[in-house]
Formats: sequence, C-alpha cells, structure tokens
Amino acid sequence: MKVSDLPPPVERDANFNFAYLDERTKRMIRRAILKAVAIPGYQVPFGSREMPLPYGWGTGGIQVTASIIGPDDVLKVIDQGADDTVNAVNIRRFFQRTTAVAVTSVTTEATIIQTRHRIPETPLHDGQVMVYQVPLPEPLQKLEPREAETRVMHGLADYGLMHVKLYEDIARFGHIATTYDYPVMVDGRFLMAPSPIPKFDNPKMHMNPALQLFGAGREKRIYAIPPWTSVESLAFDDHPFEVQRWSEPCALCGATDSFLDEVITDDRGGHMFVCSDTDHCRLNRQDDDR
Amino acid sequence: MNVSIDLSGLGAGFADASIGSQTVFRHCLDALSHPGKVIAVEPSITLSTPAEMHRPAAAILLALLDQDTRLWLSPALRGGDAGSFLRFHTGCTLVETPASADFGLAASGADLPPLTDFAAGSESYPDRSATLVVQCAALTAGSGWTLTGPGIRDRARLSAEGIGSTFTSQWAANRAGFPCGVDVFFASADALAALPRTTRLEG
Repeated sequence: MKVSDLPPPVERDANFNFAYLDERTKRMIRRAILKAVAIPGYQVPFGSREMPLPYGWGTGGIQVTASIIGPDDVLKVIDQGADDTVNAVNIRRFFQRTTAVAVTSVTTEATIIQTRHRIPETPLHDGQVMVYQVPLPEPLQKLEPREAETRVMHGLADYGLMHVKLYEDIARFGHIATTYDYPVMVDGRFLMAPSPIPKFDNPKMHMNPALQLFGAGREKRIYAIPPWTSVESLAFDDHPFEVQRWSEPCALCGATDSFLDEVITDDRGGHMFVCSDTDHCRLNRQDDDR
Repeated sequence: MNVSIDLSGLGAGFADASIGSQTVFRHCLDALSHPGKVIAVEPSITLSTPAEMHRPAAAILLALLDQDTRLWLSPALRGGDAGSFLRFHTGCTLVETPASADFGLAASGADLPPLTDFAAGSESYPDRSATLVVQCAALTAGSGWTLTGPGIRDRARLSAEGIGSTFTSQWAANRAGFPCGVDVFFASADALAALPRTTRLEG
C-alpha cells in the first residue's frame, strides 16, 4: 500500500514541552483516562486546560492525544472523514511541531487516530487508539439540563427518559429521526454519547479491537470504550436500529459500503455523492488503477 | 509519615521524566484495556528502586503520582526507602489508612488488606476510587484464572503467583459493586498486568 503524500517529518519545537502540555497536566489526564477505561462509558471529570485554539476545535481530543502520544507513534487526524480539511490539518501540524511524530493518512498505518465526527471505513486493528473530539458528552443533557440529576440517573442506570425521546420521534415522524450522536449503551450499563458521528458508524464501535477514547474540552469530561466491548445502539423491538443507505455508489471510487456526502456541483441542482472518508476513497481508486 | 526525606541513599527515577512516564503510562493503558495481558516493562526504563520494590511497581507509581495524589503503603513497605523514594520523585502524600488513599502499594498479596478497605467511589462518582499496585512473584499469561469482560475478546488467562486464595472471592464482590470498585495492577520483577473493575475472574 502506498504511503500517504503527507509532508515529511518536521523537527520538534524545543520551546514547548513534549506534546505541548506540562507533565503534571498529562499525569492528571492520564489518571482520568485509566478511570475511564475501567468504567466503560462513564464520563470522568478532568481539569481541561486552555489550549492554543478555541473550544469547539477539538481541545478535548487534543488533550487526550497529547497525554498518550509518544515519539514512536504514527498519527492520523481526520475531520468528517477527511485528512485534508482545516481542523485535521491544524491538529496534525500542532502535533508534528510539538512531538515530531510520524503522520499518515492511511488508517492501517496509524497507531493513534484523532477524529472529528467519523470512524474510518477501514476496520481498525488491535493496538490502535481512536481519539474522538466531543462537543457534548452528556447524552441526557437535552432532556435533563441539571448535571446533579443526570449523575444520579447514570448512577441508577435510569435511562427511561432517552427511550421516551426516541419514542416521541416515532410518534411524530414514524421512525427514529436521530441521525448522528445516536445514543448507545456501553457494556450494557452506561448510556453514552458517541460524539456526533453519523449513526452509520455506530455499529463499528461494537466489539472493536481498538481502544476508543473520548475527550470533551469545554465540558471537561473524558470517557472510553475498551477494546472488545459491547456497544448497543438504543432501539425498540418493533423499530430496530437502522443505518443510512444510499441509492447510488460513490461518484469517485464506486464504493457502495461507505458513508457518502452529498456535494453540490453547480447552481442548477447538480450534485454527486462521494465518500466522506477521503483516504478510503483514494485507496479504492488506486486499487482500480492497478 | 510525612517527615523529611533522607536524600543520601535515594535511587534515581526516570532518566527522561517526560518520555519515561509516557512509556510507562502506555504500558498501563495497554494492560488496563487488555485485562490479563502481561506486559514487559521496557528495558529503557531504568530505575534505581528501593530493594523492596519491583521495577514495574515503581514505574507505574512514578508515572501516575504527583502532588494531587495520596498513597497508602502496605505495612511491609513502611520501614524501608519506598516512601522516601516515591515522595521525593512524585511529591505525593503518604496516608495511614487505605480508605483515604487514591493509590495503594502492597509489597505482596499477603500484605494486601481486604479490597473493601479501599475507596470504591460512589454511584454518582465511581471514579473516586483507589487504584492498587500489588507486587507478586511472577505473572504468567495463558494459565491460572480465567478472565472475561470488556477488553477481552473471548477469554484470557492470567496467573499472579502469591496473590492469595481469598483474592478471587474478594474480586467477585468488587465486580458485583460495579460501577464502584477498585482497579488493580500486578507487578512482577519485570512485567505488569491489570484487572479493571469490569473483569470477571474464575478459578
């Protein structure tokens, strides 16, 4: 497989500590990550630091990545599946400058994959770590804004309210209308927000061989799904969980099994559907050329 | 216990504090997310640990402790240099009672008090619980206990020599209290393994 066309490694900027954060902050975040792995789906509070970019640009994910990354890691950063959009490019450059780690766009080559809102189409393997950027970690927040209450609800596994919300979708629209950040049960115990990934990606979380870590910088929470852990999307017996389907294949690579974005091509209603995972699409086309 | 430290006989910590603690943390993360996996601590992690401490045990605590954490030492470790070593390198506070500790270090399975003596967190804050480091003579994957739970595809096997016969029943009670409970790292002479509170033990 061809290695990605990303820029060559850069020298680490010695004016920063390795991976930007100071050692004591990293320790605090590392302790929170270990608790998160031990209690799958539970949101561990942590002392989120001010980062050199604003909340909403992945500060939680960056702090998690900064706390786990080492000189031998290979980093992939994606934003909505793409390696070349502004959030992904910035975060990748940030870690190149502060750690000088190798970077890639090829999913199988990466040891750490930081993502905003997608899971790569290529299946992950044992030993990889997925780091998700999370805007709203609390799945119950829109139903119950008081954190003291949602904490008790998680403590008692009292998730009836979320089922009522999904039921109201069915009553109003005839189907569950939630299409992204679709709530999941982790290991049959904790209700968890999978971050705004499309529900298309939910099944990939179930029994995934990779470790999945979630960081919410503004909301100051870290949570995790260990490898080989049951992740079940909420549903009803008569309204089972379903993912999005498209009637046409990717216009660039012809894939029929990937998540497609609709791209507007002109102002006369022209449009096409293309893979959201740019690396998957690129490798598909490369295989076709051979 | 928090008296002044005699620096004359103190051993060295991580050669590189940043990379050393990152390496050991990744061992810990790997162990905790793959219960029962025995992970050899990198030879590059050279520590001059006190005689009564195993290198992996010292490495875990140097990587995770700081001024914000409280450490409980088992009785067999109190007379020696373990307390000074860890206090000097991490700035942690030593506490007398297991219940008030964030971390516990036991010299051996025999020196480990009942798991229920340690903080298990609360229903609302199950993360406010203790992490224990228990030293053992040897760690072997593929024999001994049968492990199931998150992080394990089907089942894993782990044997921690010298942990004691009551541990499995204590662990069953710890598992039953989920999401509350303690998490355990085992440390042999050169390797570590972990049991998060989600793991079920048989045998």
